Order: sequence, then C-alpha cells, then structure tokens
Amino acid sequence: MNTHFFADTSVLLGRSMRHIFRSVDTIITTAITPIALMLLFVYVFGGAIRTDTENYVNYLLPGIMLIAIASGIAYTAVRLFTDMQSGIFERFHSMPIARSSILWAHVLTSLVANGLSLVIIVLVALLMGFRSSANVLDWLAVAGILALFTLALTWIAIIAGLSAKSVDGAGGFSYPLIFLPFISSAFVPTETMPGPVRWFAENQPVTSIVNTIQDLLAQRPVGGDIWVALAWCLGILIVSYAFATAAYKRQIA
Amino acid sequence: MTAAAIRVEGIEKSFKALHVLRGVDFEVAPGSIFALLGSNGAGKTTIVKILSTLLKADAGSAAVEGFDVATEPLKVRQSISLTGQFAAVDEVLSGKENLVLVAKLRHLKNPGEIADELLAQFSLTEAGSRKVASYSGGMRRRLDIAMSLIGNPQVIFLDEPTTGLDPEARLEVWQIVKNLAKQGTTVLLTTQYLDEAEQLADRIAILHEGRIIANGTLAELKQLLPPAKIEYVEKQPSLEDIFLALVGSGNTAAGTNAAGTAAAGNESVKDRS
Repeated sequence: MNTHFFADTSVLLGRSMRHIFRSVDTIITTAITPIALMLLFVYVFGGAIRTDTENYVNYLLPGIMLIAIASGIAYTAVRLFTDMQSGIFERFHSMPIARSSILWAHVLTSLVANGLSLVIIVLVALLMGFRSSANVLDWLAVAGILALFTLALTWIAIIAGLSAKSVDGAGGFSYPLIFLPFISSAFVPTETMPGPVRWFAENQPVTSIVNTIQDLLAQRPVGGDIWVALAWCLGILIVSYAFATAAYKRQIA
Repeated sequence: MTAAAIRVEGIEKSFKALHVLRGVDFEVAPGSIFALLGSNGAGKTTIVKILSTLLKADAGSAAVEGFDVATEPLKVRQSISLTGQFAAVDEVLSGKENLVLVAKLRHLKNPGEIADELLAQFSLTEAGSRKVASYSGGMRRRLDIAMSLIGNPQVIFLDEPTTGLDPEARLEVWQIVKNLAKQGTTVLLTTQYLDEAEQLADRIAILHEGRIIANGTLAELKQLLPPAKIEYVEKQPSLEDIFLALVGSGNTAAGTNAAGTAAAGNESVKDRS
C-alpha cells in the first residue's frame, strides 16, 4: 500500500462527493421509491397485514431501508462505469497515486450517499408515526449493521461497474437485490408463507438483518439473529471484495 | 550520446488471438518529439498504454527515464503524463476543479495557484469556473493537456491529440506541443495524420502490422523513396488555408496567435511545393 493512500482517497472522495451534490437527484431518487413503498404498504396494504407490532411503520422501516440501500448502490456501479468510459480512470492509473484509492473513493461515496438517503427515509417515517424507544447504543448498532450491509453490497456494485459493457448493465444488476426484501420478514411475518417460500425467506440474508434491526429499534433482546446477520454481511463482503479485486486486476492488467 | 528518455526493445502484445505488437523497438532522445505514425488498429495506443504502465507487455522490455515499466511502474508514473485518445477530463467538475484535482493527486503545494496559472496559459481563465460539460472539443483538449502538464513530467504521451478537432484547435495543440519540446519535455505522440507527424516530429516511426517498418527523421524517410522528380505544379491554396484565412484566428485561444497560425500554414505549403 502506498503512503499516499489516505491523502489520495480523500481527494478522490471529495471529487465524487462533488458529483453527488451536483446531481442531488440521485439521492432523492434513491429515497423516493422506498418512501413510496412505505406509503403504499402503510396506508394501502397495511390495514390487512397482521404483525405483532401495534405500529406497522415500526415493523416496515428496516426492510424499507434495505431496499433503499439495494437500489442506491446501483449508482456506484454507474459512476464507476462512467469513469472507466471517460478515460479519467486511465489518467488516474497513469499517475503516481495509490491505485486502491480509486475504488475506495467510490466505496466511501456510496456509504455517504446511502447514509443521506436513509436519513431522509427515517425522517419521513417519523412523520408517518414511526417511534422508537431505542437508545444511542441501539441506534449505533443499527447504523453499524446498515453500514456493513451497504459496504457488502457496494463491493458487488463495484464488480458490476468494472465488468459491465453498458451503463444499463452497470445499473441493472441491482434489481434482484431490491427484490430480496419482499421475500423476507420485511413486509409480513414469514409464518404466513407456504413451505418452500417460507424456507427461502427465513434463510436468506435480509430476514436476519431485518429481524435484528426490528429488535434493536423495539428494544427487544436481539437473540441469535444478529450473529446470522453479521455473518451474512461479512461473508458477502469478503466474497464480493475478492471478486471485485479480481475484476479490477483484469481491467488494469 | 545521452541515455534515451524512452527505450523500447522487442515489445510484444497479444489480445487473445490478436497479435497486436510483434516486436517493437525504438528509442526517443530526451527533449525531442517522436511521432508514432500508423493507421487505425496498428497498435499505437497499445504501445502508449504499455509505456504509461496501463498494460503489461507479453515480451520485451521498455523503460522510461531509465525506469523499467514492468518492475518500477511507480517511478515511471512519477516521470510521465498521459493524454489519452479521449479527453480524460471530469465533465461534472469545472475546468479549475479538474486542474486542482490533478495537482492534489500529484501532492503539490498550492494547487489553486497552479490551476490558475495553467488556466491563463491555456486561455481558459474565463471558462475556468464553468462545468467542463459545456466546453467545446478544442477547450476540452486544451484542459486535458493542461492537466497533463501539472507537476512538470519529463515525458508526455499524447495519443492522437488532434483526432476530432477542428483545424484551428488542431493548430493550437500543435503550438502547445512545440512549446513543450522547447522547454525540454520529451514528447511521444501517436497520430494517423501524416502532416501532423511532418509538422511536429524530430523523428518519425511508422508502425505497421505490429512492427516498426521505418524510423528516422523526415529527411531520412524521404530518402527511402527514389529521388524526387521535379514537376511544376500550379500552387493553389489548400482548403485549410482558405478556411483559416476566412475564419481568422483572432478569436482563438491558447498561445497560438494569428502569426503562429500563419507560420504553420506557410510551412505546410512550403513542404508540399
């Protein structure tokens, strides 16, 4: 690792943050679909959905946040792909900078941008009646899990950005990820689902993450779900990081 | 003889079944302009990418400023600057922000001052605060080259610097390249335009089907053909001369003033007659 890693990463992070603040629409777009879903489920379907919480917004919010992250990371893939197309990627690589900074700047940008979208979503949820008695530590734990989830998915986005052949391809990989929360405990408890679907829902990463966040926000004991959630996030992170590094080496070799 | 600024020996490169470079050798003297001439797909860009450490060669060796591109890439990157085929500028940032970005990545002090100086030098001061997305092709290319000059690299690679530019912008780029060489920078440029190589280069190498098939000064290359026959041809102004005379170059930017343009125009006429 180059001695300039931190300096170079912060310069490049500054660059992508400028991109974000000059196209604020990406943050709003990332937030708006999940908010629309939240409105739809709370005010249209919510009356017919039976959860063991008295407040459906409280039940729904964690899943909505995961959907926001899954759609938000697509912009990282698109930004990376655009860089590679424009030649600025080659300029950076022919300069004496820490090469790993180039990807890390995009990854950190993804964390910040998704964080901003989540703040907007939580504010809207508060307006819709979301309430939590969670203390600062619980909120920190929630933020940590969401950050880890974002990080893991962002490295998947990096793979997509590096290996895509078109902008549409770079952004399109996220659709299955956006869909995962629907087949989980995010909207309805898994107990009502038929056998195979229920099995899938209970054993895919989103459910454990959703359950953990629901428990933390409701001040219930978190149980074993948190370890399953962390294992999923770390596992996805390690695998996607390895594949992203390989894809990166293919690009610059 | 002083050590070569760029030395390429037996470089080979294939992309799957496509054998792009089949053993390329050449040397570039410090402070000179070397043109790599070849048609599309001849492998010019591949050579530039290998020399600027973006690609690894399959065989052979190459060194820039005495540093091997394969084993000491970081030292090579400290000595070079690449201006690729497509302007490598950030469209979302302003011209000045682009320059500051590169100055910061080169870890220079006073990136703001450096940016202002270059904006002035390349007649971009007024446009400096505007988003690059609004720039014309010529302005983009000037900014692109200005970004490459930051940190005063000893060697500059220009990959088809004038492709897609209008005649005026092309002359501006030519003037910039000439000034660079005057200041002692080594320039390797690739081009598919014969007149560009003729105008700028101290030495010209012709790359064809993965090999250098000729390498020498313009005079040496001319001797490869039978001695010139003397023919009398009525000298007509070229369309480029007419275009430039009609448009006038008072409104052009970058170091090229009307005199420079006229001089360049005259030279090309002289060479052709």
